[in-house]
Amino acid sequence: MTARRAVRILKRIALYLAALAFTVFAVFPFYWMFLTTFKQNKDLYVGGTDLSHIPWIFNLRPTLEHVNLLFQQTLYLTWVRNTVLIGAAVVVITIVLAVPAGYSLARLSGRWGERLGIGIFLTYLVPPTLLFIPFSRVIAVFGLQNSVWALILVYPTFTVPFCTWLMMGFFRSIPRDIEEQAMIDGYSRLAVIRKVVLPLAVSGILTAVIFAFTQVMQDFVYALTFISSLDKMTVSLGVPVALVRGDVFYWGSLMAACLFTSIPIAVVYNLFIDRFIAGLTAGALKG
Amino acid sequence: MALPRETQPGLAPVVLTMRRRTLADKEALLGRLMLAPALLYVIALVGVPFGLAVLLSFSSATSGSLDFSWVGLRNYATIIVDPQFQHALWNTLRFAIISQFLVIVLALTAAQVLDAAFAGKRVVRFLLLMPWAAPVALAAIGWTWIFDSTFSVINWTLRYFHLTKTWYYWFGDPTLAMVAIIIVHVWRMFPFATVITLAGMTSIPHEISEAAVVDGASFSRRFFQINLPLLTPIITVAVLFGVVFTSTDLGVVYLLTRGGPYNSTHVLASLAFQRGILGANLGQGAAVALFLLPVLVVVAILMLRTARRAEVGA
Amino acid sequence: MESMGYVETKNLQKHFGEVHAVDGIDLSIKEGELLVLLGPSGCGKTTLMRMIAGLETPTAGEIYIAGQLVDEDIPPRARGIAMVFQSYALYPHKTAYDNIAFPLEAIGMPRLTIRGRVQGAAKRFGIGQLLSRRPRQLSGGERQRVALSRAVVRDPRVFLFDEPLSNLDAQLRAIARHELKQFQRQIGTTTIYVTHDQVEAMGLGDRIAVMNKGKVRQIGTPQHIYDHPADTFVATFLGSPPMNLIERDVQTLLGFRPENFLPREVCAPEETATFRFRVRQVEYLGADRLLYGSLEEATRTDQTVIAELPATITVPIVEGEAYDFAVPRRALRLFDTGTGLSRADGVA
Repeated sequence: MTARRAVRILKRIALYLAALAFTVFAVFPFYWMFLTTFKQNKDLYVGGTDLSHIPWIFNLRPTLEHVNLLFQQTLYLTWVRNTVLIGAAVVVITIVLAVPAGYSLARLSGRWGERLGIGIFLTYLVPPTLLFIPFSRVIAVFGLQNSVWALILVYPTFTVPFCTWLMMGFFRSIPRDIEEQAMIDGYSRLAVIRKVVLPLAVSGILTAVIFAFTQVMQDFVYALTFISSLDKMTVSLGVPVALVRGDVFYWGSLMAACLFTSIPIAVVYNLFIDRFIAGLTAGALKG
Repeated sequence: MALPRETQPGLAPVVLTMRRRTLADKEALLGRLMLAPALLYVIALVGVPFGLAVLLSFSSATSGSLDFSWVGLRNYATIIVDPQFQHALWNTLRFAIISQFLVIVLALTAAQVLDAAFAGKRVVRFLLLMPWAAPVALAAIGWTWIFDSTFSVINWTLRYFHLTKTWYYWFGDPTLAMVAIIIVHVWRMFPFATVITLAGMTSIPHEISEAAVVDGASFSRRFFQINLPLLTPIITVAVLFGVVFTSTDLGVVYLLTRGGPYNSTHVLASLAFQRGILGANLGQGAAVALFLLPVLVVVAILMLRTARRAEVGA
Repeated sequence: MESMGYVETKNLQKHFGEVHAVDGIDLSIKEGELLVLLGPSGCGKTTLMRMIAGLETPTAGEIYIAGQLVDEDIPPRARGIAMVFQSYALYPHKTAYDNIAFPLEAIGMPRLTIRGRVQGAAKRFGIGQLLSRRPRQLSGGERQRVALSRAVVRDPRVFLFDEPLSNLDAQLRAIARHELKQFQRQIGTTTIYVTHDQVEAMGLGDRIAVMNKGKVRQIGTPQHIYDHPADTFVATFLGSPPMNLIERDVQTLLGFRPENFLPREVCAPEETATFRFRVRQVEYLGADRLLYGSLEEATRTDQTVIAELPATITVPIVEGEAYDFAVPRRALRLFDTGTGLSRADGVA
């Protein structure tokens, strides 16, 4: 009996150690960002060959110097504002396109709905890498080089297909009975969508909003291709490209920017991850 | 049988008229109208540019001028004998395959861990997901600092624990640069694969694993003969997404190494960017990028198959 | 000119690809009548009801409500019907009050009038105090009442019920059935009621239409259908345990109900047919005894025959023994072996 107990305790310890190892691997870059953000330069720029100076802790008092520099002497806040504005515009376009399309595929397109849905989803696999070259041409023709409008036009190419798919799944999960009941209760299909379906799909729409926004944050390729003025950049472009101009790396401020942008996104994304996964794996998880 | 129809006390009967149907009732038409904007957008901004990419790859177009002259397969002929392109193609495959292999091993293990009940599971899950949720460009810049030539904290730690005596210049050596890129890909993708695998695990009915326990199957037998086969479709999905995300990635390579040192870490995406945008040779850039297409087609077909098989099995 | 029913279908058909879910149905439902569509799952009864509601477009045929042709051009909302789904289909985001008020808002009724009607309907079903709750805070029985209130509040021309009692537990179901019947009698609205439960059908229906494979096999009062089934399908679908069917000769099946198959000594002094019945097994069910066995002189002795003895008959029966059992001649039915159709009754 005691031997068994010992095995159980050992198993438990192994489990915690494994969990710890994975967590450390996943999180240490963020921890490193955190340390860098608040370390004094004297504490930060000590060569890695100096084994007596432990870089993993604050050896000197933490400082807000780098943070102040980031907010006061860089365009970080402008980039944040650009990102939020572009994100908001993309979210609106995405929702306006994807929600009706998702409903149509779920309920109104008959046996074609399924196939068209898969077709639209597959376009999600066509990556920016394939499209940025023709887009650079299209954008030039429209005279949108170096304009945030170029990004607003192009970003929905990766948010619309996925969000349409996501919304299709959500609408399918609303019991058909309820919609039919409302049609019998005196409403047209359009009125049913407005008064019954949309109120029931609020959480689904919210998921699509979050997804669209985080995808905008993820993009680097299009911003790099289209935007050249510092004051028009997004965070994802401005921080890695503009903050390291001229081989002078303000690592403290750089890491502060990474940290302050990543953490809120990660928190929000986490709240919705299960729904994204359900959308991505809708095919393989059926039954 | 039926009593005379009586109205409800105090309530006048509602007068009903049979209204003809309007647009709002015409389901097929409504369906098309609601689908059209999204469909047109996707056709106009994915379909058309995609076609344009193919056209450009047969042209000598440059970003400087708007003229468009047909050169047939010349771009392809040029790049296919270009050692730099060959290397980039090879790198793309290599990065995708190695990183996805590591991702799956890690994800399966991590999912096993997360599937067990323990205190703080939610926190661990949240932390595990951070690499996937953080914007890739910012994460990549974080890693360049971690791999810094003078201040690399990894080097410090390895030396501190006497695991090595040499000082690694991560982005100065082709092999180390590739290792660094693969590490970042694995770091970024394994949380995603873990969550997908976990979703698959929770969908395995408990009776199956319980029956296996009752039958006295050992852990390894349970894992390899029951869980793994049942998880195969979902792992396939994770791998396929992983392959797409890694093989088409530009941000990690661009920010970590810019293809260096000595152009040794270029992948198709970064080479296409260098030739097409920086080098202004749109035609050649498009041709390079289009070599990703076979990968994507294979992925798409496999994905459809998985979905169909899962449906048949359901 | 024949007089028209309140709801009529003419050669109504619905095909899903190769499957003829509804295969040429002519029904005529009288005003104020409660007609039950009874049949096994997949027999087309729900599809038929959905076509009447306008939720499904017929492949062919016509539907009339109150003498007016309702085709594709008349959407469900304009048909003046109310429907109660098996799931009750309550709007989960609305309170019970808003659920019931929803059909009235559709026709733009003033708020005050709506309040009066909602409260009236809720009172009728005894849920006046639950109006502020949401569906998930209600029990199964309460949900059903909300659904009924919502159906009645608009004063529809026709009620459609799709197995509305099947989600209730057995005890509640009997009471709900009784209340439903009473309520329908009271307001006298023409009602079509779909079920696969023969007890429900017998208890509720003014008339029953028994359906199988997309066709109506027989329509009539519960009593008539039970006593004079038109074919072997109806004979075995109605009644529990089902009617015994014995091969009498090559062309003819002999049918009799288990409750008419009794020991000869307890039979009433009337003309009877007598059989030698070997009892294999006895089941005591409290109110009655079920005897399983076979007829010794029947052509196929392996055919199981069931006798249902009420508890008032105390004749001792031993498993494995043979007894003389008898059926009154008036309770014998004959069916054609090939077509399954009923022949002229009682000529045994």
